[in-house]
Amino acid sequence: MTEKKDFLLDIQNLTVHYETDSGVVHAVEGLNLQLGHGESLGFVGETGAGKTTTALAIMQLIPNPPGKILNGNIIFDGQNLNTLNEEEKRHIRGGKIAMIFQDPMTSLNPVIPVGEQIAEMIELHQNVTKDEAFKKAVQMLELVGIRPERAKDFPHQFSGGMRQRVVIAIALACDPTLLIADEPTTALDVTIQAQVLELMKELKKEFNTSMIMITHDLGVVAEICDKVAIMYAGSVVEYADTRVLYTNPLHPYTNGLFNSIPDLDEDEEELKVIQGLMPDPTNLPSGCTFHPRCPLAQPECSQKKPEMIEIEPGHFVACPVCCNAFVKKG
Amino acid sequence: MSQMKKRKMGNFGEIMRRLKKNRLAMFGLTIVVLLFITALFADFIAPYSYAKQHLSDAFQAPNSKYILGTDEFGRDIFSRIVYGSRISLQVGFIAVGLAVVVGGFLGAVSGFYGGKIDNLIMRAMDILLSIPQILLAIAIAASLGPGLFNLMIAVGISSIPSYARIVRSAVLSIRNQEFVEAAKAMGSSDFRIIMKHILPNSMAPIIVQATLGVAFAILTAAGLSFIGLGIQPPMPEWGAMLSGGRGYIRDYPYMTLFPGLAIMITILALNFLGDGLRDALDPKLKR
Amino acid sequence: MNGSREKLIEVNHLKKYFPTKKGMLHAVDDVSFFVYEGETLGLVGESGCGKSTLGRVMIRLLDATDGEVIYRGENILKYNKRQMKDLRKDVQIVFQDPYSSLNPRLSVSELIAEPLIVNNVYNGSKAERDARIRTLMDTVGLAQRLVHAYPHELDGGRRQRIGIARSLALDPDFIVLDEPVSALDVCIQAQILNLLNTLKKEKGFTYIFIAHNLSVVKHVSDRIAVMYLGKIVELSDYRTVFAGPLHPYTQALLSAIPIPKVDQQRDRIILEGDVPSPIEPPEGCRFAGRCRYRKDICSQKTPELREIEKGHFIACHFARNLSM
Repeated sequence: MTEKKDFLLDIQNLTVHYETDSGVVHAVEGLNLQLGHGESLGFVGETGAGKTTTALAIMQLIPNPPGKILNGNIIFDGQNLNTLNEEEKRHIRGGKIAMIFQDPMTSLNPVIPVGEQIAEMIELHQNVTKDEAFKKAVQMLELVGIRPERAKDFPHQFSGGMRQRVVIAIALACDPTLLIADEPTTALDVTIQAQVLELMKELKKEFNTSMIMITHDLGVVAEICDKVAIMYAGSVVEYADTRVLYTNPLHPYTNGLFNSIPDLDEDEEELKVIQGLMPDPTNLPSGCTFHPRCPLAQPECSQKKPEMIEIEPGHFVACPVCCNAFVKKG
Repeated sequence: MSQMKKRKMGNFGEIMRRLKKNRLAMFGLTIVVLLFITALFADFIAPYSYAKQHLSDAFQAPNSKYILGTDEFGRDIFSRIVYGSRISLQVGFIAVGLAVVVGGFLGAVSGFYGGKIDNLIMRAMDILLSIPQILLAIAIAASLGPGLFNLMIAVGISSIPSYARIVRSAVLSIRNQEFVEAAKAMGSSDFRIIMKHILPNSMAPIIVQATLGVAFAILTAAGLSFIGLGIQPPMPEWGAMLSGGRGYIRDYPYMTLFPGLAIMITILALNFLGDGLRDALDPKLKR
Repeated sequence: MNGSREKLIEVNHLKKYFPTKKGMLHAVDDVSFFVYEGETLGLVGESGCGKSTLGRVMIRLLDATDGEVIYRGENILKYNKRQMKDLRKDVQIVFQDPYSSLNPRLSVSELIAEPLIVNNVYNGSKAERDARIRTLMDTVGLAQRLVHAYPHELDGGRRQRIGIARSLALDPDFIVLDEPVSALDVCIQAQILNLLNTLKKEKGFTYIFIAHNLSVVKHVSDRIAVMYLGKIVELSDYRTVFAGPLHPYTQALLSAIPIPKVDQQRDRIILEGDVPSPIEPPEGCRFAGRCRYRKDICSQKTPELREIEKGHFIACHFARNLSM
């Protein structure tokens, strides 16, 4: 296995399937993704695109049955996570790679005080006494803006935004190298989301944690992510620096996403929509999975699955048609 | 093609599909269906009438003439078991039917309107529930007097509170769903909301409880007949047959063995079916 | 332009309180405003501000604690059962959750038929009713082959179209849309927003559009009301609210929206703390605790919603002095 030490995380050709009653769900198909040290990547897509599955695959938490990592390598810090045994995997989870889930209401244990939940994380991964762990837990609470007296309170005594801060505190307690945040602010009100995003930006600077932020909100990505990957029906269709992708989106799906969001500055009569729906993951279209809905579709699109083309340095698109158009323009 | 069919059958087809995967449940279903057929065609299946006595052939062990032997009056045990299935099924389904309709109505009203009505009805149910169901059935049967009909009423009434509770809790959980609000917003009457929107969506727990309830009703009827309430001879109720054979267990065990087996298999089958239905209906509830 | 329009609905001092163990929950607390015929009034606010409750109380899905709702000159809160049944034909609602707002046991055509059956429309003729159902399905963009489909077979977008078709069945004049696209993916959301827009243009509906997503609200609304803890804090046409909000809460709300553009990140107004409890709220401005301009008078006297310039209402003691 080639180990690229320049990347913190290198996902190569990842394929994950779920075997269900109604057929085989092709959740992730041939996914390629890289993340450098200290970088934050926005992982954007709609429901069913496969973002959460990818995150779970990195954490080696794909439920088996019915899921299975069929193919591919997940190289993290030089190690292929797929080849580790269960003990080694557990060591990494929470230690080097931490995950934040979407719903702060259900990701905390309702009968354990929040301070203890953070301390539990610390005790699991570090060789410290119970007291030391609790002290560190209180420090983490202060770091995320919660008064230390509240360490003995239970989750239900906190509001949604505060709970999400606790979840962040748990995730960062062991100073992980990589933080995966799965829609961390989707369930929060806009003003609370702003608070949490500001907090995450500060922490990112202070700890230099690499981050994968899964979201469907292009606004959040613009705020907090250095790079962005757009995912559709199981694979990445476009990937670039945030600035590059936002000024020059190429893939028709990416453009579709941007067009679907009403512009705050301009008045639009009608939104330019993408016709149709996300494909059935048990029955994906042949060739490029987007071709049935694509305004630029050509005959070849239904026959061959497009490769990622580096159209300009650091900007990758999985669409030969729009790349040709781009080249012709410039 | 199968997509279209699935749509026409709605949810029913999917439930059946899930049920089929559960071997025990299918076994249960088969037995119950067999029971129905037996009850329906008892006249053709049973070689003898259930009351006909062949006194010279009394106490015979199973042989070629009497497949399961004869009892103390020379009556064919097999024929009596076959006719007994009619009685058991009647008691089971009619008693449960009564309980579901009355209990269901009370539970629906209670859950939908809440407040004082809810309080009144539920406290009444609590009073009934404070008496063990079988004792309650005994008390009612004893006061009504003997007979199949009174047996059904006794068992039925004693089962009402559990259905009232189940329906009430189902109604409470569905009452706050948005589609009920939607029905109100278009001007539906309370009656229509309960009948068309709430109750059909509460069927799952009712069906499960009813299936298990039939088993319990049959068992209760057997128990009541065993102690002499309810069925009067010569009706071939399985429990009564058990009672009749009590005195002869040592010498002629088949007089109790076969009716006992009949009861056991029936209850077991209904329980398997009920459990299977609960599992088959549950995932749909989750959705 | 505003003066010549008819007022379809006038809400006066509307209150909805819920009794709880800890005291009265002021969900909607003395709200007054009006809606012009044919306009879309956007109602925004964060969770707990009372916007959904307000929508429901306005069409009497919930009973008001106090106040009036004047629809076409009559106070509908005083209507009896028969009058309410008549009103239901004019006033409809589309719900947020496409998964729980449809009876899972009814097929698409049965769901759309419900309002027709309940109100005895096309009572004699099933054929006419079926024809109307098919027309409605066409109008909202549902394929005819789905007529016998069940909700669980369809995605959120299609389910929401069923909800919309159902609300159109009785030819209403006024529709309350309670977060109709919040539960949908971005691309489907855009499709449904376009649909709602087209319908409004063709049929001249009046909408109240309740949402927490500000860019969506801006896209659909003519005027916008911003709610906080049961009260309206600012009300104006959409351009003014977005370009020149005067209430400190509106300003903070707008600054909190993440913008999907680079090079446009601006200074955020970060609000301290959490939204206070709507149970037994104290006197004074509800926003005082988190407002960066607060003065003593703010916690003593509740500010009224006043028209400080034409068509621009604001509830703040210092309205005139503050600007972006």
